[in-house]
Amino acid sequence: MNVSFSLNYLQKPFFIIFNVTHFSFNQTFTLPPFFHLFLVRFMALKLPQNSLLGSQSDSQRTLYPYVTGTSVVALKYKDRILMAADMGGKIDGPVHMRYKSVERMKPIGKHSLLGASGEISDFQEILRYLNELILYDNMWDDGNSLGPKEVHNYLTRVMYNRRNKFNPLWNSLVLGGVKNGNKYLGTVSMIGVNFKDNHVATGFGNHLAQPILRQEWHENLSFEDGVKLLEKCMRVLLYCDRSAVNKLQIAKITEEGVTIHQPYSLKTYWEFSTFENPAQGAIGSW
Amino acid sequence: MFRNQYDTDVTTWSPAGRLFQVEYAMEAVKQGSAAIGLRSKTHVVLGCVNKANSELSSHQKKIFEVDDHIGVAIAGLTADGRVLSRYMRNECINYSFTYESPLPVGRLVVQLADKAQVCTQRSWKRPYGVGLLVAGLDESGAHLYYNCPSGNYFEYQAFAIGSRSQAAKTYLERRFENFTGSSRDDLVKDAIMAIRETLQGETLKSSICTIAVVGAGEPFHVLDQGTVQQIIDTFETAAEQEDPATEPDAATGQEAAAEQGTAADHGGSTDEGAAPMDI
Repeated sequence: MNVSFSLNYLQKPFFIIFNVTHFSFNQTFTLPPFFHLFLVRFMALKLPQNSLLGSQSDSQRTLYPYVTGTSVVALKYKDRILMAADMGGKIDGPVHMRYKSVERMKPIGKHSLLGASGEISDFQEILRYLNELILYDNMWDDGNSLGPKEVHNYLTRVMYNRRNKFNPLWNSLVLGGVKNGNKYLGTVSMIGVNFKDNHVATGFGNHLAQPILRQEWHENLSFEDGVKLLEKCMRVLLYCDRSAVNKLQIAKITEEGVTIHQPYSLKTYWEFSTFENPAQGAIGSW
Repeated sequence: MFRNQYDTDVTTWSPAGRLFQVEYAMEAVKQGSAAIGLRSKTHVVLGCVNKANSELSSHQKKIFEVDDHIGVAIAGLTADGRVLSRYMRNECINYSFTYESPLPVGRLVVQLADKAQVCTQRSWKRPYGVGLLVAGLDESGAHLYYNCPSGNYFEYQAFAIGSRSQAAKTYLERRFENFTGSSRDDLVKDAIMAIRETLQGETLKSSICTIAVVGAGEPFHVLDQGTVQQIIDTFETAAEQEDPATEPDAATGQEAAAEQGTAADHGGSTDEGAAPMDI
């Protein structure tokens, strides 16, 4: 592999251009500051092709997410589960683009619902794994079926194993479901951390939505109260999370099955006096 | 079973459409010492007759715990049974690790049956010479399955395999309709009584039989000798009182039929002391 690089000292970050003749494509990577110094020493080492951190095999494993979804928030209420996620898929890069109809919550089998934040293509891969799992489960045709607990633990195994190979599925997953009257809500992160709780959130939801849920969640929420609580969380996320899109879906899981409602928008309020006249308190500044 | 020209190989059919090697493997099961199983809605009980090589040795282990909710009793080549138990334990523990949930018995049984079928269709293999009574609990209730060397499996309310099992089967056939609603203790008693049938007059002691139970809220475990002896004592004394009353009339007719059945079963040895043919 022929590697040549030039360094452009343009503020931060540093740009390095690889000319990889073996694959004949040009790709620009954005690297954190001073990373190029490490890279120079690294290149001089002449590592074998198959080494875990070798540059060629880098293209075979996940390094960064490209199209990401933002937070998912979910809570238990009465005998069921409610989950909410917006429909945005954001591309990070010089041009900020968004997909605005990405369904980030999907039903799994008869009993479960999976919501994901993070890399959308990895979410689709996970759905493929789960489809196969559910298919084989159905093929037994014996009255037994995989419930939310089983799916959650299967996902934990998958995520943890991928993390061990330094090739993670770049997602934070929320798995909720009801089976035989028992409700179940759990989460798995991209490094395989998993736990169950009465209310969970991913990404920014952990910082913005969970405090609200900790204050206001209680055991016997009704459906309307649950939705109101979720909307409150999603509204805060909409205001404060740059990746959020004002088009969200609410999903409900009961013993009977999964319902994902039609997407809708939240009402927002922007008539704050400081927005209307931002320079009011700072005459002469910009 | 006579020797003929189609029985050398497991992959050779006979003109009548039979695989003799597989049938001979099932004979091995019939020669092993008895094992019985019965189930109610919530519990399953397994029992077996202990077989010892000589007075000096300990008896062979014929009941294996596969998981908290599954156990198996074997009859036939105990070595084959041990290997299959290890396979079952492996499957259960792998499933448990991945899904944090117990493996449904029905699925384990099918996997076992498929494994046995492979051995009936490879020229370099031989069928497993062991019959397995798999007892387990899952979401849909208590189950008892019988896996045979041919790769078939059946679900039973109650069953007995091994030598002199016909006597036990007859006893169970009389009673099986009541088993669904039986309490756990009644089920254990029925199991011990069924074992007694296979002993054909030999005194029933807890050292001769092994009993294991699995049920709702009760993980699979083998009952210890003391408990078993207590249960035996309770109905031995009851039986002594009953004997002169009505038992003889009903019993003798049955016993005669049962004896004829078992005599045909394994060539007529009713002499308890010998039994060298049993594995």
